[in-house]
Amino acid sequence: MAETDTTSETGTPIQSSTGEEDIIQIVAMHKWYGEFHALKNINMNVKAQERIVVCGPSGSGKSTLIRCINRLEEHQQGQIVVNGIELSNDLKKIEEIRREVGMVFQHFNLFPHLTVLDNLTLGPIWVRNTPKKEAEEAAMKYLERVKIPEQANKFPGQLSGGQQQRVAIARSLCMNPKIMLFDEPTSALDPEMIAEVLDVMIGLAETGMTMIVVTHEMGFAKTVAHRVIFMDEGEIIEENEPHEFFDNPHHDRTKLFLSQILAH
Amino acid sequence: MSPSETTSVPGDGGYLPGTHPDLKPPSNVHGPVHWVKVNLFGSLTNTVLTLLVAYLLYTIIPQLADWMFFNAAFEGESRKACRAVAPDGACWAFIGNRLPLFIYGFYPEPERWRVDLSFLLLILALVPVLYDNMPHRGKALVYSCLYPLIAAFFLVGGIGLERVSTDQFGGLMLNVIIGVTGIAFSLPIGIVLALGRQSQLPIVRILCIGFIEFIRGVPLITLFFVAAVMLSYFVPPGTSFDLLVRILIMGTLFASGYMAEVIRGGLQAIPRGQYEAADAMGLTYWKSMRLIILPQAMKISIPGVVNTFIGLYKDTTLVIVIGRLDILGIGNSSLADTKWQGLSTEVYVFVAIFFFVSCFAMSRYSLWLEKKLHTGH
Repeated sequence: MAETDTTSETGTPIQSSTGEEDIIQIVAMHKWYGEFHALKNINMNVKAQERIVVCGPSGSGKSTLIRCINRLEEHQQGQIVVNGIELSNDLKKIEEIRREVGMVFQHFNLFPHLTVLDNLTLGPIWVRNTPKKEAEEAAMKYLERVKIPEQANKFPGQLSGGQQQRVAIARSLCMNPKIMLFDEPTSALDPEMIAEVLDVMIGLAETGMTMIVVTHEMGFAKTVAHRVIFMDEGEIIEENEPHEFFDNPHHDRTKLFLSQILAH
Repeated sequence: MSPSETTSVPGDGGYLPGTHPDLKPPSNVHGPVHWVKVNLFGSLTNTVLTLLVAYLLYTIIPQLADWMFFNAAFEGESRKACRAVAPDGACWAFIGNRLPLFIYGFYPEPERWRVDLSFLLLILALVPVLYDNMPHRGKALVYSCLYPLIAAFFLVGGIGLERVSTDQFGGLMLNVIIGVTGIAFSLPIGIVLALGRQSQLPIVRILCIGFIEFIRGVPLITLFFVAAVMLSYFVPPGTSFDLLVRILIMGTLFASGYMAEVIRGGLQAIPRGQYEAADAMGLTYWKSMRLIILPQAMKISIPGVVNTFIGLYKDTTLVIVIGRLDILGIGNSSLADTKWQGLSTEVYVFVAIFFFVSCFAMSRYSLWLEKKLHTGH
């Protein structure tokens, strides 16, 4: 029942879409880990400048979904088109897509052997061939935007979790990405640091960045998202604009999830 | 008791909540007296051991010092002359007398400046390798990379210089040549092997695993024998393939196999998130290895890498089995000299000191490097 629902809901726009305004198109995509069917018939379109929050219980495949978009995970069936390039085993195309897609990880994944500034300039210098001086100027600009320019010459290990995650966001932005993926960016943070990271993300949303955010921060979803996608057991169960999604969830599993997550 | 009263416990200064200043730790938790108390006389066993060691040092050190320095003879033309001056001391005159042999082996005397020059150039070549914050390091590294060719030219000769056969190489210079070559080449080869062992390409992976396991499964002496005897079967007849070059190749390959495993350990310690962050940025495989993964993996591997270096350096003495006389071999054969017979202790102490100093220097450098590369994570 749920499956037919989703395909009719998300399937229709795909058929009608010409693909011109959609920066990401995912069509009938499946993924398996060995025998385990991790993603089942995912259909999803993202317009440029659209902000999407993906939520769902742990193990529902939401992280796997966004990791498929920049090929950190390989899908086995269906189609993913990002920025007009279809993902395949072609390394050149994968690298081309990754240049345009920034990613922020749950555990920051800053490079601990490099200073904050070097973390930020590494991509521009080695991937985009930006001259060092120019890259450093841009990096400082982004560090100011995430409000920690004074930490430029420190090493990641000397920063707090919230600061590290802001550096990670700045690092992705330095590549001038067209799309930003956030994989549970606040889940590994101490509670008092969540706000400073969310603030940076809200600021980023205001610039019109295309964002796909996997998160449990429902407040963020309500204020920032254009669309909320709920996943469970590898499927997209329900998607809607945030007010409808939170006030009037259709599916039982969505209701259960929301009751659990909003209970405390 | 109200909450405000709990803070005015005697001895705590009676600070109100929120007004407690940062205080210095009490004086009995640091300082030399405290250190001695805790580390030398912390418990009964500790005290007994401390006293025992102190007694042993008291009995050994003066005797050793007497033998090595105070009762030793530093000059003399034979063992007899030594013993006449210093009946209970070391006869260092023997080492001094034979020093050129210990250093240069049988390298022709008038050409020995070439060896000295090569040593000097080696030290210069090491500076940019060891100190990454020196000015103009990039250009200096080019020289370091060219150094093996420069040294080979000076040592072997050829154009404009008299040719010296590598059969005449010996002594300390032989240890340094084999050791430095092995160290310099085993590191890059080891890195390539370690990466190859993790490769997604099955053929590359199988070749690397096969090579590493073969090398590790065979003693170095065997490889030297293979170098001496068997390799000549594999080259076309008529072409001679210098024995020293064969030794260098075998020593390098041997160290590379071990190096690969040490570096693989380092690679495995790098969290997956580092690979993913590098990938997500669009870095190519080689760039992400060079910029992200290897710098971190190598840092973790420093103790193991230096351990392998030290092992290889000491193993250079094994060339004796194929008839090459390194510093130890020269020492051994010097003992046969009737003028100096019976001075084996001096020879072995001298050789031991030489190896200890070289290896200890490597070990200290690696500790310094580890500390320098520590970035607080």
